[in-house]
Amino acid sequence: MDLLEYQGKQLLARHGIPVPRGKVAATIDEAAAAANEIGYACAVKAQVQIGGRGKLGGIKIAGDEAQAREHAGAILGMDIRGLTVHEVWIEGASEIASEYYASIVFDRSAKAALVMLSTRGGMDIEQVAEETPEAIATLHVDPLLGFQPFHGRRLAYEAGVDADVVRGVGAFLAALYATFVEEEAMLVEVNPLVVTPERALVALDAKVTLDDNALYRHPENAELRDLSAEDPQERMAKERHLTYVKLDGDIGILGNGAGLVMSTLDVVAQHGGAPANFLDAGGGAKAEAITAAVEVILSNPKVTAVLFNIFGGITRCDEVARGLIEAFEQIRPDVPFVVRLDGTNGSLGRELLEAAKLPNVHGASTMDEAAALVVELAK
Amino acid sequence: MSVVVDRDTRLCVSGITGREGSFHALNNRRYGTNVVAGVTPGKGGQDVEGIPVFNTFREAVAESAANTAMIFVPPPFAADSILEATDAGIATIIAITEGIPAHDELRVYTELRRAGGARLIGPNCPGVLSPGKANVGIIPADFFREGNVGVVSRSGTLTYQVGNELAQRGLGNSSIVGIGGDPVPGSSFVDIIALFEADPETELIVMSGEIGGQGEEEAADYIAANVSKPVVAYIAGFTAPPGKTMGHAGAIVSGTHGTAAAKAAALEAHGVRVGRTPTEVADIVASMLG
Repeated sequence: MDLLEYQGKQLLARHGIPVPRGKVAATIDEAAAAANEIGYACAVKAQVQIGGRGKLGGIKIAGDEAQAREHAGAILGMDIRGLTVHEVWIEGASEIASEYYASIVFDRSAKAALVMLSTRGGMDIEQVAEETPEAIATLHVDPLLGFQPFHGRRLAYEAGVDADVVRGVGAFLAALYATFVEEEAMLVEVNPLVVTPERALVALDAKVTLDDNALYRHPENAELRDLSAEDPQERMAKERHLTYVKLDGDIGILGNGAGLVMSTLDVVAQHGGAPANFLDAGGGAKAEAITAAVEVILSNPKVTAVLFNIFGGITRCDEVARGLIEAFEQIRPDVPFVVRLDGTNGSLGRELLEAAKLPNVHGASTMDEAAALVVELAK
Repeated sequence: MSVVVDRDTRLCVSGITGREGSFHALNNRRYGTNVVAGVTPGKGGQDVEGIPVFNTFREAVAESAANTAMIFVPPPFAADSILEATDAGIATIIAITEGIPAHDELRVYTELRRAGGARLIGPNCPGVLSPGKANVGIIPADFFREGNVGVVSRSGTLTYQVGNELAQRGLGNSSIVGIGGDPVPGSSFVDIIALFEADPETELIVMSGEIGGQGEEEAADYIAANVSKPVVAYIAGFTAPPGKTMGHAGAIVSGTHGTAAAKAAALEAHGVRVGRTPTEVADIVASMLG
């Protein structure tokens, strides 16, 4: 789960990391009140779960209330790479002597947390990584040992931070690591990590991704979900415990198991079709889950045909057939369906479907045949 | 021969008194797997259709000489159960549980590697099937027959699809190993490919990957340097949209790695043939063995 900047900062602050004082606002009036409380100059920052907002006009400095209102009015409702801004974060503008970069990422390949530090923080860190990777000091942390003070010193000296902030940077990284482990994050990134003229360190931005599988241990974090950022179909699917990702095409897809569904998308594309979604009904899906899945798929008005690709392992094809029959009774779809049922209880499932004589439902015996047929029917 | 599980497997099921745990334990036994024990704290002394249940793994190992564990307990208890199994001297642990927190997986992985502990397959995997010998997990064994193709896969249903296509062409499997799709799989493609390379019964290796992570790229390098047997690969997710990325750290770490195209290119650069569909994979395998 990705957090908004201000949610991430509040998380960091709980672990003793200094962040600028700020308030969140959803309207121009709220933004003006927040700015008056924080004082001027202050920054008005779009809250969206995507990087690069600064370059797109999502961050502005206000010197007085009129400017705070003007900037909030411009930023609220703004579209940043397909995401609508619903909230702004108003915070005191920081004085900046240097901009560093600090992050910890769950490195799947090395199977350890990777800590990164650079003195060349700011908007172009990816370019720095590409052109001068030696400007970023890196260190893997043994998860059973944890982050030690010498790790902090090593990173600080290797990155070449100013001598008078070596201790401060070490302590900052230790607190960042504590946040990463205790909140069970997959990523915590502070860019820029600002050194003020008074030589204090402040996290001026925060990007935090939490592990969805660990949210049950962090009920306060689980409540931070930003429903406004989710597509309505994706939200509907989540409520029904289905894994659904909306895509741009017109062919609705349902399968069981993420790998098989991804493979189905590929095969449909190879036949010239454009999938409208990824939907994994999961292992052992019962009839009710299938009915709910049909509802979610058809709630996307672009869908002109639907492909069911089921290879039953613990999922039983007769359950899938029953779910589809039930869905037809409830929803009466007006688009064609292509259904490929194979695996556990495959023949039973196919018999059930045949007996039900559902309108405009076509059987297919292989994945390729099913894909070719649904692409034809979607036209 | 086969890999990971075979006729010498003596299985202890953690979570055997649960609905799923008992169903699959009995299913595995029906296939011929030697299921010797179960573990459920507080239910020691009971039995599940004749399979004795113990409170702890130590007791189960002492009484039944179990050498393999299947983990079927819910996510909050799974990491602990894996650590208990390795502490008790179990050599092979197959974790079916889906949804284990990533930081738990990281600690377990590190501990198992450090202690020279058990081989862990999974978590979030369908298990391991060695046709005609043993089945540990939830792979529907009926679709597979004995043979000489070793299969290693991140996805369960995709494995069934590929295995079924091979069976339709008269080809069977030495073993089918689902390594799971979690952030920290206990065993990687490389680990299992090494086992297949050393297994005299395996003549050809099929690896089925998908987008994300770098396991396929690492396998490509490993195959080039260490594998004499032919390898055929499948990668799912060519049309998956690039996920919206948060921050830069991921990009700094992985660069262009992780896409289906990058994985296929890495494999093909090392002489691994990559089928574009499961059907094509089966066709390639059939032509190579035919």
